[in-house]
Amino acid sequence: MKILIKNGRLINPKNQFDNVVDVAIDAEKIFAIDNIPSDFIPQQTIDASGKWIIPGIVDLCARLREPGFEYKATIVSETTAAASAGITTMCCPPDTRPVIDNPSVADLIHHRALQHNKARVVTIGALTQGLQGEQVSEMVALKEAGTVGVGNALMPIKSTLVMRRAMEYAATHELTVFLYAEDPWLRGESVVHEGPVATRMGLEGNPEICETIAVSRDLALIEKTGVRAHFCRLSSLKAARMVARAQYDGLPVSADVSAHQLHLLDMDVGDYSSQYHVRPPLRSIRDRDGLRKAVNEKTINAICSDHQPHDLDAKIGPFSATSPGISSLETLLPLTMRLVKDKVMSLDVAIAALTYQPANILGLDLGYIEENAVADLCIYDPDHVWTLNPDNIQSRGLNTPFMGWEFEGRVTHTFLHGQCVFEL
Amino acid sequence: MSYRHNIQLTEDKKLRHFLTIEGIPRNVLVEILNTAETFSSVANQAVKKVPLLRGKTIVNLFFENSTRTRTTFELAAKRLSADVLNLNISVSATSKGESLLDTLRNLEAMQSDMFVVRHAESGAAHFIAQHAPKHISVINAGDGWHAHPTQAMLDMFTIRRHFNDFYPLKVAIVGDILHSRVARSQIHALTTLGANEVRVIAPKTLIPVDINSMGVHVYHDLKQGLADVNVIIILRLQQERMAGAFLPSQQEYFHTYGLTQEKLEYASDDVIVMHPGPINRGVEIESLVADGERSVILEQVRNGIAVRMAIMSMAMGSYQAKQEGV
Repeated sequence: MKILIKNGRLINPKNQFDNVVDVAIDAEKIFAIDNIPSDFIPQQTIDASGKWIIPGIVDLCARLREPGFEYKATIVSETTAAASAGITTMCCPPDTRPVIDNPSVADLIHHRALQHNKARVVTIGALTQGLQGEQVSEMVALKEAGTVGVGNALMPIKSTLVMRRAMEYAATHELTVFLYAEDPWLRGESVVHEGPVATRMGLEGNPEICETIAVSRDLALIEKTGVRAHFCRLSSLKAARMVARAQYDGLPVSADVSAHQLHLLDMDVGDYSSQYHVRPPLRSIRDRDGLRKAVNEKTINAICSDHQPHDLDAKIGPFSATSPGISSLETLLPLTMRLVKDKVMSLDVAIAALTYQPANILGLDLGYIEENAVADLCIYDPDHVWTLNPDNIQSRGLNTPFMGWEFEGRVTHTFLHGQCVFEL
Repeated sequence: MSYRHNIQLTEDKKLRHFLTIEGIPRNVLVEILNTAETFSSVANQAVKKVPLLRGKTIVNLFFENSTRTRTTFELAAKRLSADVLNLNISVSATSKGESLLDTLRNLEAMQSDMFVVRHAESGAAHFIAQHAPKHISVINAGDGWHAHPTQAMLDMFTIRRHFNDFYPLKVAIVGDILHSRVARSQIHALTTLGANEVRVIAPKTLIPVDINSMGVHVYHDLKQGLADVNVIIILRLQQERMAGAFLPSQQEYFHTYGLTQEKLEYASDDVIVMHPGPINRGVEIESLVADGERSVILEQVRNGIAVRMAIMSMAMGSYQAKQEGV
């Protein structure tokens, strides 16, 4: 289908482009930008005056809950929600049930997503079988099934030896390892950041060293094995600094942060509201500001949703007894754009961290709008004011501390390989 | 920031629930102490009852075992002429949230007026107050490491009986501060009531991070920490702390932090020694001190009933007053 988007402000951080232009889409690709040939006859024309055209968002971590947790959400429900939020590619971690440690589970997820065709779903295969941290998984089979990397989700690999072997094996087959850095012993049963808030509330604290010790171990192993590695969901200033140092030293490492970590603080947990129960925990203002700075300096290359939709019961109970996680697909872009509005980061940095930078981490040729690129893009109305509420949230998960927040700016159209998959 | 209105107070700042000392204004704490003073004479009457809560049903909802605390709550309720229902509910590790909410829904049907709650999870009493029907008052009888406000108030009552005023007092709390809901509530109570200085004394393994943000001074040396204090509160040391690598042995703990007659000498001459019980003799305190003339440990137990009567009647009274438009 031929589509012409007229008079939109095209923001494409990959080539520093920011100008009002027309964009022509033909079939799955961007056909032309600005100088549209006169013989291009569109079947559909969209007036994007006053609106922005940005690359489709690439979300490095979204749990779709299928297979295994369909009572929380499904691939259909969550890819639909993603489309409404401008997310065209979502990366699913391996902690489904069964675990993505064999091609059939990966195939199932890819197939379901293709069938529904609202968002592209890619998967990370398990680094160890069953995520048990003992035996290395069949990474070649997983790679052949299309997984974009390997990781152990939130499960620790306690044995340094197993971690070394797993990294060596992944390096052999040129797979990126996705690491969630958390020392299992220091974590214990903790549910909040170790600090004055944990002390006052009488909750077991998760110290910053829980993250930095794990990052430190993994960096040493990355250096030794030469594997390409990505640190998922950094939560502390010091860990971000360690990754920056490693990048400076030339190690092939990248990192991401969830959008809520750039906004919320440990003290938000102050009245035991389970909606603020997340893992890693919300930390101090110093950590939050350090993470913001790291995104600005491109130490942290991606902002992700860390989407974790839950059923209602999962969040009802005393704080420690509730499940961690936020249903966050639909706040990923709004929260990031709020940082731009608050002058925490430039528009260019923000969009880059949502699009081509995460695409690079996944090894995907996506996240930018140029001639011949895959036509994954959204049209965004920067003046549209709206409020997140249970009636307009598309995800099956209603668990978000941002319920009731007012946002400025909203996606009005989403295109996935040239097809309109969402229109407001 | 998520500090919403204080659910413990009614709109006109009267006691509605009693979940934690934090956020309760000084005048309400003083009112509790004054009311408890009037109730403490009830115990000396031939008929040990007042009809304040006649026809009311109080449910003791204990998800964690406790004979002592439950018994004093029961006695307090009975002396206020309320009907008491004791429920001991063992919690299965898997479905805490569900069973808690389901239990609440079942109790709603029983037309009760007050829940006295003890639970192993911090914040459980808040959770119950938020989810219980509006007419029910919730009293926290201990939640996780978070709060044990009635214990703290009976300690304040005991202190006030000995010193009249909190302003000149230096108070030392000795022992496992990290895992202690009693210590947290005592600290809030003492700082709200204006004690001169509150100290916590323990090895670093048992001091919570950033405890000084609660307005206390941290000491690791018992002798230094006890210097010139008027009140010493000794906390119970749980056996399981050895397994968690917090401490090497009971012997070493007693040697370094156990309160002995000799160490008592460092405190002020008018010092009183308190302990929330039950005591581990020879672990956190030696018998000579526990049974000695400076000890007020049995007074604490006695005062527990009057203080709990005060809190229960105030929490229930404020709701009634509102219903009747007084």
